[in-house]
Amino acid sequence: MSSLSVKIQDAFNEPACERNRSKDSNVRSKGCSKPLTPGAAAGGCAFDGAKIVLQPITDVAHLIHAPLACEGNSWDNRGTASSGPTLWRTSFTTDLTEQDIVMGNSERKLFKAIRQIKEAYSPPAIFVYTTCVTALIGDDIEAVCKRAAEKFRLPVVPINAPGFVGSKNLGNKLAGEALLDHVIGTVEPDDAGPCDINILGEFNLSGEFWLVRPLLERLGIRVRACIPGDARYLDIACAHRARAAMLVCSTALINLARKMEERWDIPFFEGSFYGITATSEALRQIADLLVKKGADQEILDRTDTLIAEEEAIAWKKLEEYRPRLKGKRVLINTGGVKSWSLVHALMEIGMEIVGTSVKKSTVEDKERIRQVLKDDLQMFESMAPRELYAMLSESKADIMLSGGRTQFIALKAKMPWVDINQERHRPYAGYDGTVELVRQIDLAIHNPVWSQVREPAPWERRPATEEPLPSTHSDSDATSVAPSKTRRHDAGDFVEC
Amino acid sequence: MVHIHRQTKSATVNPLKSSQPLGAALAFLGVDGAIPLFHGSQGCTSFALVLCVRHFKETIPLQTTAMDELATVLGGAAHLEEAILNLKKRANPRLIGICTTALVETRSEDFARQIANIKMTRAEELAGTEIVLANTPDFDGALEEGWARAVAAMLQRITLPGQQAPSSKKATLIERITEPSEQRRKRKKVAILPGWHLTVADIEQLREMVESFGLTPVIVPDVSGSLDGTVPDRWMPTTYGGTSIEDIQELGTAVQCIAIGEHMRRPAELLQTLTGVPYVLVQSLTGLKNVDRFVSLLSEISGVPAPAKIHRCRSQLQDALLDGHFHFAGKKIAIASEPDQLYQFATFFTGLGAEIISAVTTTGASEILEKVPAESIQIGDLGDFEDLAGGADLLVTHSHGRQAAERLGIPLLRVGFPVFDRLGSQHKLTVLYRGTRDLIFEAANIIQANQPAPSPERIDAMRKRRNAG
Repeated sequence: MSSLSVKIQDAFNEPACERNRSKDSNVRSKGCSKPLTPGAAAGGCAFDGAKIVLQPITDVAHLIHAPLACEGNSWDNRGTASSGPTLWRTSFTTDLTEQDIVMGNSERKLFKAIRQIKEAYSPPAIFVYTTCVTALIGDDIEAVCKRAAEKFRLPVVPINAPGFVGSKNLGNKLAGEALLDHVIGTVEPDDAGPCDINILGEFNLSGEFWLVRPLLERLGIRVRACIPGDARYLDIACAHRARAAMLVCSTALINLARKMEERWDIPFFEGSFYGITATSEALRQIADLLVKKGADQEILDRTDTLIAEEEAIAWKKLEEYRPRLKGKRVLINTGGVKSWSLVHALMEIGMEIVGTSVKKSTVEDKERIRQVLKDDLQMFESMAPRELYAMLSESKADIMLSGGRTQFIALKAKMPWVDINQERHRPYAGYDGTVELVRQIDLAIHNPVWSQVREPAPWERRPATEEPLPSTHSDSDATSVAPSKTRRHDAGDFVEC
Repeated sequence: MVHIHRQTKSATVNPLKSSQPLGAALAFLGVDGAIPLFHGSQGCTSFALVLCVRHFKETIPLQTTAMDELATVLGGAAHLEEAILNLKKRANPRLIGICTTALVETRSEDFARQIANIKMTRAEELAGTEIVLANTPDFDGALEEGWARAVAAMLQRITLPGQQAPSSKKATLIERITEPSEQRRKRKKVAILPGWHLTVADIEQLREMVESFGLTPVIVPDVSGSLDGTVPDRWMPTTYGGTSIEDIQELGTAVQCIAIGEHMRRPAELLQTLTGVPYVLVQSLTGLKNVDRFVSLLSEISGVPAPAKIHRCRSQLQDALLDGHFHFAGKKIAIASEPDQLYQFATFFTGLGAEIISAVTTTGASEILEKVPAESIQIGDLGDFEDLAGGADLLVTHSHGRQAAERLGIPLLRVGFPVFDRLGSQHKLTVLYRGTRDLIFEAANIIQANQPAPSPERIDAMRKRRNAG
């Protein structure tokens, strides 16, 4: 446990984290996650966070050393995509029973499980995750992994992030540490080039990175490793030979980016592929960093040309949506995607942001959001389900963008909702992805179901707004129909424009 | 004699099980005004919550004691107390159903005593809220065991012990006016303890049938009231609908208890011990003969013959059996589920002339396994299922079987929990005449849709001779 506490302290001390710089050392050592309130907590644990970051590595066998629930209740639940291997979607767990725990049999079982996987699947590597129970009973997974690696001659990587040490975010960081300690730099590539980059914190949800990769390829830039989306073990083992890096989900892997810069002199910047301006900005910064590291100057011109072309196409497509979405009010409730770049993307086409969560945003993120929103009140750390529901049911927004967990808050309030988190089924990155997101928002807001579900049953309407039934009062005149403004959720408010 | 093969692997590959505390939480969700509370790290709750939301497509009230490293080392009593008080303050539930997890059970504290202490010292604050403890470590059991333990814990905690005078509850004014007094006196209460594998639609159908005999069913738990997917007009932090606490208290006034599924035997026995209400265990409510027996039972309890509507449903099922059996005869079926659901579906398919070529289940402890019409049963996971199901015409398991179905190229009938890649799983009927009829149609349609057209290669006239040589 002691090496783990060192790791945790180290993660809390992250000097590249904007938020951390503003704290004194005392506050910093307490960590970035607020203490959880029993009975009023939401969100995943450190193990969850570690698995989120590592599981998209597609050809690795991910073995969860735990009783059933840690893996049994959570496997095959994320929308990240693979262009080849499918082993990452196969679930492996030691599924510890009471016997295993009481008899002290769990380390032996883990070792045998590693052998079983090696023999049946011969993966390039096996990642072994420790969890609350196996940490509590003192299983030494580092030792077991080391022995198994020697015996079976393949990398067996211990991922030491038991759930109870903290939040999902801490787990993200511990996963990054595991890659630094055991994977990155273990293989020397024979094809390193001047335009090799790493993308860190990109998960390839619904294959969205495939909307971005071709842009980079057109510029002659090679993605040495995208960590973790659609990654192969070997890509990550060779990642230390990239010339520059882009950090996409800053809070998740900032420690990884900084330490790679320190160890292997790979400069990085924080950017995003959500939104048109953000995408262009990211491409420019990648080109800039590569030039600084010795790439040919002319890549800058090529980048500008590509940006001009792609932006023109995207803006043209988006213009179609502007009249339909201008002035529509959006509530963003997510920690997963970088809120600020989304905010910016939607405002680009005239939508109004009535609120955005900044739970996982850095100080820098918040500053950016503040600049575009011009109103601090619209930012909130997190909102209780009851408040979200109230805000939506009182029609203070036209749509909510969030993750699956809060989906039904919007739907029960009869409000349009678009999934922007891990389980979503559509790619939103890059120029085409931004157009797709806007298209989905348009489809959601203008779906004909809203006018159907918001109307009360005809026999439940208050007399003042009662409409005559056509079948029984076919001869009644049209003036008896109440003006639509008297009803709060009138169909007309939503289907027009 | 069924051969039961124990699990011998060290790594579970593609788990078939969902965890025991999740099963307990589902049972608590069948009670009105309830919040299940996982005593463990917040991840335990988060995973279960996400899975439930994906299955039910509903907001699910589920909370956590948020055990951290310090509490794990020093003991979780303070976290438990804080969680209970917070839930009471924020949501004022009628029931807090505590499900322990592997984390706290490995450390092993005396949770019952801790809860008794909390109730005593905080009696005033907690008035009006029942607190029930189910010991459900993840390292033991699965949904069946968790569900049954939660039901037993509720009966133990809430049901008033001792024999009650029948119909102690006073009839409301409206009942007195609308129902002839003689009929009302005769109206008997039947306690029904369904297993976890009955859907919302199953429970609705069950209630309707019991009522059609002039009986009053009290169903514990009743997910049809709480997880049936409705749109309330305000934000609800607890379940809305389900069995009321009062109904659980007064179970002793029932004339008969009917438990559905072998895993409900223990709760039914407990109810009998507590109140003297005798129980009948119905092992499956799917399949003509099983339903016939159930209808006869209701007829016997009520002293009323089966109403015409039930005859009609039975006749529809007979017709479905006649129309459907062509599609099942000789077909090879592979099923992976918890014991009672395995029995339910295995007997359904063999009842139509199909053969169970592989059966995988979660535990060897259930007595129902002896009765499953298969040569052997593997205690195992979906990895075993995939290995054993080659050559089947139809796979039957939950949504996690989709990867196996894809790789094997065999169609999948999704049953049980979780079903996250199809809509309406809770509104699918699987029991009684109508549910059996619907299942025949659904399974036959899947089989028909995947029937390849005949071709010379497929017919392969010389095959038999080659094999013989």
